Amino acid sequence: MWDAPGIVGLPDDREEPRVIEFDAVHKEYPDGTVAVERFSLIVPSHRVVALVGSSGSGKTTLLRMVNRMVDPSSGTVSIDGVDVRSMDRVKLRRSIGYVLQAGGLLPHRSVADNVATVPVLEGRSRRQARADALGLLERVGLDTALADRYPAQLSGGQQQRVGVARALAADPNILLMDEPFGAVDPIVRDQLQAEMRALQADIGKTIVFVTHDIGEAFALGDEVVVLRTGAEIAQQGAPAEILANPADDFVASFVGAGTAQRTLRIRQVDGRDVVVDGDGRPTGVLER
Amino acid sequence: MNLLIEAVQWLLDPANWGEPNALGMRILEHLAFSGAVVLVAAAIGIPVGTLIGHTGRGRGAIIAITSGARALPTLGLLTIFGLWLGIGLEAPFLALLVLALPPVLAGAYAGVESVDRATVGAARAIGLTERQILTGVELPLAAPVIVGGLRSAALQVISTATLAAYISDTGLGRPLFLGLKTQQYEMMLGASILVALLALIVELCFQLVQSAAARRAEPQNGRQHRAHSGARERIEA
Repeated sequence: MWDAPGIVGLPDDREEPRVIEFDAVHKEYPDGTVAVERFSLIVPSHRVVALVGSSGSGKTTLLRMVNRMVDPSSGTVSIDGVDVRSMDRVKLRRSIGYVLQAGGLLPHRSVADNVATVPVLEGRSRRQARADALGLLERVGLDTALADRYPAQLSGGQQQRVGVARALAADPNILLMDEPFGAVDPIVRDQLQAEMRALQADIGKTIVFVTHDIGEAFALGDEVVVLRTGAEIAQQGAPAEILANPADDFVASFVGAGTAQRTLRIRQVDGRDVVVDGDGRPTGVLER
Repeated sequence: MNLLIEAVQWLLDPANWGEPNALGMRILEHLAFSGAVVLVAAAIGIPVGTLIGHTGRGRGAIIAITSGARALPTLGLLTIFGLWLGIGLEAPFLALLVLALPPVLAGAYAGVESVDRATVGAARAIGLTERQILTGVELPLAAPVIVGGLRSAALQVISTATLAAYISDTGLGRPLFLGLKTQQYEMMLGASILVALLALIVELCFQLVQSAAARRAEPQNGRQHRAHSGARERIEA
């Protein structure tokens, strides 16, 4: 359903660079709490970077610096070399898609109106924005019959899909996702993650998302950045690299290296290679 | 009981609806005067309360002021304002304004403050301006509580506006005070019944407005989607 044909407002923009760069950003709150300590990172164009860490790691603060929901105390965040501080907050936020936990939808507006919010603010006609919204709902795997429902009438997974549709509505080059699928049950989460991967293969946005769930980071991220307290980078790399070679005990315990879930073995069954976890439970069959 | 019957008879006597009592005119005066007080209270209280709820600044001050103002006896205020401003509508208008402002202010700030901060944060993150957040998110979601504040203010003003006749010649307080002075208690009671009826009718109107506001703030519980929720209830049952 994600790749439904005839979609409006999502041209192929892979040629456009959209690099996000954090340069020595530091965030200290008036009460003296240091949320982020001299953090630097480059998020390449069209890539999905996962910032993963437990609460207090400053990951959400980092995300919110990109669309200026938070301004760093020092250091800069830039998009394609332009300091976001030089940009108008509202314009910047409208040019970036933002997906929140549980969708962050406006409860008093219908699903279609929620999706159409930013395009309408940007001056698109209501009728056109609504028509576009229907296309986006299809794109995220929702029945367009839901367009006139209200958020509270939808399931958690449906709300989350509407949140993704709304983030895509203004056709941004950058998507920020804050614990995007944290509020739904594991089965729906797996499904949403798979669909998100398929969607990203199609649209190729630059995506930064934060999560406390290493599984989600591995499932969605091209690159995973494991954060300690104060947004100190513990390790950065492709999921496979981090799994294969955790930098230290902190990362190892965070990714669950050595646990039954992550220690897979191969067992021969009827001439085929069955993969089993550390407890001996089968998780799949190896294709060669 | 006799007095009650006499009061009703007094009310039904067509003579009392003409000059000099002119009850119809008194009702209109009463309503117009009360309405003006509530309007001014709304014009001051809703913006100030909304701003406090939106920014979270000045909360402590507003709670102190509103609870303090609520403790002031309106009759005492009226006397002070009357001595200061003299005979006329100004003194009762001010005294009633002091009575009406606290519930309006409290309703506005409590309503806006009660809007889920996550919803407001999401609206800001996707690029709504502060003004758009206020008018498009906070006010519609706070509307039922704001209307509740107006409703409570209107009720208090309508029942207390009888005091206006104490130093001016306006509203349903006139036959009430006249009845007291001339010991025509059926007149006094009749006027009181009218005030009570007026208050009831206004209460009813505000109830309608409030539930309309609630339907807009929480549309999923509203009439327009009863079909859906009805279906869901059947499934769950």
